[in-house]
Amino acid sequence: MSTATENMAPPTTAGHGRATGPAQGLDVEAIRADFPALHQNVHGNPLVYLDNGATAHKPQAVLDTLAQYYGRDYSNVHRGAHTLSERITSAYEDAREKVRTFINARESREVIFVRGATEAINLVAQSYGRANLRKGDEILITELEHHANIVPWQMLSDQTGATLKVAPINDAGEVLLEEFERRLGPRTKLVAIAHVSNALGTILPVAKMTQLAHEHGAKVLIDGAQAAPHQAIDVQSLDCDFYVFSGHKLFGPTGIGVLYGRAELLGAMPPYQGGGEMIREVTFERTTFAEIPQKFEAGTPHIVGAIGLGAAIDYVGAVGLDAIAAYEHSLLQYATQRLSEVPGLRIIGTAADKAAIVSFVLEDVHSHDVGTIVDHEGVAMRTGHHCAMPVMQRYGVAATARASFAMYNTFTEVDTLVAALHKVKEMFAR
Amino acid sequence: MSDLRDLYQEVIFDHNRNPRNFGKLEGANHQAEGFNPLCGDRLTLYLKVDEAGIIQEVSFDGQGCAISVASASLMTEALRGKPVAEAEALFQAFHDLLTDGHGHELDLGKLKVLEGVKAYPSRIKCATLAWHTLESALHDEEQPASTE
Repeated sequence: MSTATENMAPPTTAGHGRATGPAQGLDVEAIRADFPALHQNVHGNPLVYLDNGATAHKPQAVLDTLAQYYGRDYSNVHRGAHTLSERITSAYEDAREKVRTFINARESREVIFVRGATEAINLVAQSYGRANLRKGDEILITELEHHANIVPWQMLSDQTGATLKVAPINDAGEVLLEEFERRLGPRTKLVAIAHVSNALGTILPVAKMTQLAHEHGAKVLIDGAQAAPHQAIDVQSLDCDFYVFSGHKLFGPTGIGVLYGRAELLGAMPPYQGGGEMIREVTFERTTFAEIPQKFEAGTPHIVGAIGLGAAIDYVGAVGLDAIAAYEHSLLQYATQRLSEVPGLRIIGTAADKAAIVSFVLEDVHSHDVGTIVDHEGVAMRTGHHCAMPVMQRYGVAATARASFAMYNTFTEVDTLVAALHKVKEMFAR
Repeated sequence: MSDLRDLYQEVIFDHNRNPRNFGKLEGANHQAEGFNPLCGDRLTLYLKVDEAGIIQEVSFDGQGCAISVASASLMTEALRGKPVAEAEALFQAFHDLLTDGHGHELDLGKLKVLEGVKAYPSRIKCATLAWHTLESALHDEEQPASTE
């Protein structure tokens, strides 16, 4: 099978890169037209950007929003009574409301703007964790976590005397639920799990895991960095206590991300950083803190970043997350099939429920060499340990190459990747 | 792909497929580990330096990309029989070749095949890992040499 572009691509719809109802598929060419960075050559070949798990490109609508709010409607938030400040404060709070809708939180004050998923996890570890964990308590994570969902808990364990426990995965890269459950107990205070594995693509059964954790009285944080751009998120139906994600993987700016937390938990947590914006009243003797969300947003936030994230959420909302998930799933199936046909290629991570991420190793070729050679064919792909060294150790590899897809990738790009991998094999076969 | 051939020269493929002086060196009196956290490359370098400060024997083992394995292999060939001071000067010259590429008084010989790495900033660490490890081994550092 040479290409499936004709018979497998979802039907196109008219419009300007937007606008397809969730059930109708999406118009990938119209979407691509909205992303200026996709239209460039690398080493003389058209860019094939397959590093969306690291970060995603930005639609013109987001770039225009950044230009508008830096270029005209710019001021600081929640400060002066002047027009520009009111204008940008309202845009900033509108962005918070957009995030609330995006993840279906109950209230917009449950949405805290942070730098990214990493800062959100550190915030929960240092604020909730230090206030609530004691020696002998346990934190449970899984074997497939990104370093950002390992290291903050190790730091918290060192600070509090709590113990970090790890639920193992099977050879396919799926969390063993019975092993996960076996590690839950009266001492388990926090469970921190990825929604989607960045290195393996596994979609974790986070609703079920949250339910199990809650049965043991533990609070649950879900790292949604790899999930938010690719599927609909509903924190109420997941019933998690915290949910975190980054804006830049969701076609938004870098330096902006979201911590969702239940209002009652956030309300009871001590501040993470002190400074302006997060106070009610300050004297040299005593300071009282603002209510959430301001309590957790000390200093001038990434105002325009948050507004840009709001624009990115509008964009994916218009395309439709269900349509994105369905399209990416068909890309994943095609990529999995085509890559499996490459001799000597082994896919790492073969979970039954997977997001559009394919990690692999090529026999006798280090992934770093793969990355350099396919780059010459225009293919941008991550190689290395993907900030998940324990996963690499689990599979006995130092590194993998990873193709991670987004809504703007095409079946033809999968073909380009496969052709580039054949060139790698050719070069190394001599 | 002509420019890619500047990076992946035949000599590099040869040394990657059949690394010279590969394996543990019995009786080594200097040894160090090198680690490139970016890509997970690891190698161990073994040296036998005599009382006169001459590198009598050298070997390495570990795993890495074609550039790092070939570079380590070529380095071991270049070091054998060299005084330590000369080895250090060679590292400096090699490092310069890969970073700014200005002229050298030292003849780098076969090591010059790695000059193509200069055009690939993200791969320079692959080519210099073995040399950083050499520094560690000569100074008997306990911590693994890191390219970071």
